[in-house]
Amino acid sequence: MSEPTSSTSTVAEEQVVLPDTSDHDKIAIEQSGKQGDVLLEVDHVTLRFGGVVALNDVDFQIRRGEILGLIGPNGAGKTTCFNAMTGVYTPTDGKIRFKGHEIAGIKPHKINHLGIARTFQNIRLFPEMSAMENVMVGCDARHKSSVPGVLFRLVRVRPSEEELPASGIRRSLAKVFGISRHTLEERAGRKRSMELLRFVGIADRAGELARNLPYGYQRRLEIARALATEPELICLDEPAAGFNPAEKEDLMGLIRRIRDLGHTVLVIEHDMKLVLGVTDRIVVLEFGQKIAEGTPDEVARNPKVIAAYLGEPDDAA
Amino acid sequence: MSQITSALRIGDRWDHAPKAVRWVALLLLVAFAYYLPYLNILPFAYVRTDLTSSGSDWASVLFLVVVYMIVAVGLNVVIGLAGLLDLGYVGFYALGAYSIALFGSPSSPVTQLIADRFGLSEGWAVPFAFCIPIAILMALVAGVILGAPTLRLRGDYLAIVTLGFGEIIRITARNVDGVTGGAAGITNVPTPPGPEIDGRAFFNTIDAERWYWLALTILILIIFLARRLENSRVGRAWLAIREDEDAAAVMGVAGFKFKLWAFAIGASLGGLAGLLFGSKQQYVEPNAFMVQLSFLFVAMVVIGGSGNIVGALLGAFLLTYLPERFREFVDWRPFAFGVAMVAVMVLRPQGLVPSRRRAREFEDRKQEAEEAAADV
Amino acid sequence: MDFDALISGLDRHTLDGITRGSIYALVALGYTMVYGVMKLINFAHSEVFMVGTWAVLGTYTAIGATAGMGVGMVIAATLLALLAAMLASAGTALAVERIAYRPLRKKGAPPLIFLITGIGCSIVLVETFGQVLRVIFGPPFGRVTVNIPSVLETTTLFEIGGLNITNTRLLIIVGAIAMMFALDTFVNKSRLGRGVRAVAQDPDTASLMGVNQERVIMLVFVLGGAMAGVAALLYSIQYDITKFDIGFFIGLKAFTAAVLGGIGNLRGALVGGLFLGIAEVYASIIWSSEWTNVTAFVVLVIILMFRPTGLLGESLGKARA
Repeated sequence: MSEPTSSTSTVAEEQVVLPDTSDHDKIAIEQSGKQGDVLLEVDHVTLRFGGVVALNDVDFQIRRGEILGLIGPNGAGKTTCFNAMTGVYTPTDGKIRFKGHEIAGIKPHKINHLGIARTFQNIRLFPEMSAMENVMVGCDARHKSSVPGVLFRLVRVRPSEEELPASGIRRSLAKVFGISRHTLEERAGRKRSMELLRFVGIADRAGELARNLPYGYQRRLEIARALATEPELICLDEPAAGFNPAEKEDLMGLIRRIRDLGHTVLVIEHDMKLVLGVTDRIVVLEFGQKIAEGTPDEVARNPKVIAAYLGEPDDAA
Repeated sequence: MSQITSALRIGDRWDHAPKAVRWVALLLLVAFAYYLPYLNILPFAYVRTDLTSSGSDWASVLFLVVVYMIVAVGLNVVIGLAGLLDLGYVGFYALGAYSIALFGSPSSPVTQLIADRFGLSEGWAVPFAFCIPIAILMALVAGVILGAPTLRLRGDYLAIVTLGFGEIIRITARNVDGVTGGAAGITNVPTPPGPEIDGRAFFNTIDAERWYWLALTILILIIFLARRLENSRVGRAWLAIREDEDAAAVMGVAGFKFKLWAFAIGASLGGLAGLLFGSKQQYVEPNAFMVQLSFLFVAMVVIGGSGNIVGALLGAFLLTYLPERFREFVDWRPFAFGVAMVAVMVLRPQGLVPSRRRAREFEDRKQEAEEAAADV
Repeated sequence: MDFDALISGLDRHTLDGITRGSIYALVALGYTMVYGVMKLINFAHSEVFMVGTWAVLGTYTAIGATAGMGVGMVIAATLLALLAAMLASAGTALAVERIAYRPLRKKGAPPLIFLITGIGCSIVLVETFGQVLRVIFGPPFGRVTVNIPSVLETTTLFEIGGLNITNTRLLIIVGAIAMMFALDTFVNKSRLGRGVRAVAQDPDTASLMGVNQERVIMLVFVLGGAMAGVAALLYSIQYDITKFDIGFFIGLKAFTAAVLGGIGNLRGALVGGLFLGIAEVYASIIWSSEWTNVTAFVVLVIILMFRPTGLLGESLGKARA
């Protein structure tokens, strides 16, 4: 029932809104570590379902500030690996650590609070909420207002000069009693959401219900929503699925700009051209095993990869 | 579907009206609501329920309507916003009524026990003002106790567990004679304090309009607070959970915590409504809290239009007022009510006053269906 | 708390519980099958059972069956009543499906709407017997308890270790288990049953594979209704009464039984029904019968806390789990 509804609107019709890059500093995130440090560590992970070995001794790291591609033919274990990284599955053997914390057994929303966000291969927005509200849910992850706080607004914050109302009684009141944390968070959230929508290029339809947005907008809205939670690591699950070449080109630019904001990016992709074009490093899986790891150039020249992946006529394009 | 679009238009016009206009309109509406008990100008007076000798007291009906509106606003948080089907809401309503009866009535076994234990004077009872927090707290704690183990379960199970809870409360009230007075119930339930007028207490059994005004004031306050929640981080979290709980969790929404909050808030509003009801009746007995009442409450929220306060208010009004207005058909009431429920759901699944969000969605689906049909 | 009474009559109370549980289990099948296929709690199912009990009464009245007839007549009357109850219940279930649920499915309404509509249907059916038919035909319809002639009189057939096995008990337990066995075989072995399992597992794929989803839905309503009809006859034999609102509690218990056993799972319905029946009887002996209904829900909550998918897990699709 909640399938995205885009059967009639072709992606090509969409008007590509040029991103406004002037606000980057407003949505850039703070770093809790140095560039190049290990951010996420997949440490010899094996995952078995009954007799099936979905992942076999997979071992790689994601370093802070890089764009890492995770690729492999269908059924290679990409999604399984991804789910293990986001806490859906617990590895049978081995560990997955994020900033030193073990991921297994942590609830999904706590993992988000640790600093991992993701998008979904089959888009999963909140269809009956507007684009803006979808992103605000993401922003809310970093906010503190509780139910009593929202109801009674007793947590007051002394506002800075720019947060004060321009003039009048309200200004004096705000000076004496402060402004409730809820109000400030709400304002900040709205502002940040709008900037993120602008950043991914869909601000023109901010007020529209997510389910009514064209497919390409929905994909980008998912990215904006994930970015709103201020993740240090953002995982994009086949972000280019269903995109035409021009849109893929746009997406590559967007992924680079996401990194420029300070996020580390993990991209799971089918599309070789996109992965080779945008990533710094690539990990290749086949039959649940890592068969190669390296820069795009190295991977593209690796005979094993060519045999396993590029050799497949379906994916050669 | 054109009614929906017109409903949308009214809503849009409201949104686009200048702030001052909106405030004046709202104030007029509130003033009219306070005036309603005295409504006596024909032809409007035909809405009154006491035109025939067998009719119900008009102000009492208004009071009940408002009490059920409080219920509907509370249940709307649980069902409409958080998407949790609570079929045991009558349990919280009963808890509220029993709280004030047990602690506030001098003839309840509980107050008598406390009075004996601490050597308090005959006729001692907890003052009305303290009964309010007790009632709200009891309902809230019950909500948390019920919610904590069950909200982790799948949504469908919640329906059955809450249904059971409503019954457990009633059966317990009926069977634990030593505490609740059993089937006989408890009399002398206290009323709010107030100045004596004409030798009668301010809140008495005759001047029902005062009860109505009290309830209406509380309702307005609750709507104000409920709207605060709706337009906040909390309201968004509820919607997100309703839409896609797993995706919400991945976006950092602590699903269980917010569901429990929705449940607790709903419960405490149910308790508050029950308290008002019990206090006005000045008598509480288990048969007033049959499980069918829960269905009525759910129907109010859903028939009016799940997920928006105006719809919930309208649903509460219709399902309380109409049966009282047409009392001569009292035996047909449940049947008509059942037929109306099925008819509204089948013909207008989005409710009479859908939230604008939902209305748009239903419009879309219809369009999709038409486009699909055109394709074939 | 009277544990002595329970221990001293343990065998008798267990038998009581199994009898009661058999009826729960049969009604539970209707909930479980519809849930398995549509992921919907059919709230009107309790009334499907209620209609069945009236069909039994109607049949007995029509053929003038009373207590104390010859063996041949008793068997004939009972079989006729069984047929009538199954037809009436299945027909009611199907009518609810067609009139209420199907239009909603067409509109793609959210699950909550289905539940509310089910509740509405339930009220309509209850009031039909409590009010509409009373106005049209007068008694026995109305809001009072009505006696059903005990066509099959209770006699003791044999004794096991001091425990009297009566003919009615035996019929209820054996009849219920036989019906469930038949249904289980049908779902697992027949072609139509395969369709049911396919839709339960994955509706989209099933329809791609050519399974007619609408037909499967109709089938589960009819089958579930028929089972409720059987339960209605057995209930009439055991308790000799009916009433316009009799379905509510039976339905609630049966649904609890379905969830207890693992909703969507046919064998779970049996296990859950028997478990609940025995637990209720034990509890009513230990405390008092007033607390029977409370026990049912407390048991449910406890089981769900430790086994969220019920005793046997949820799987109409993988019926052999």
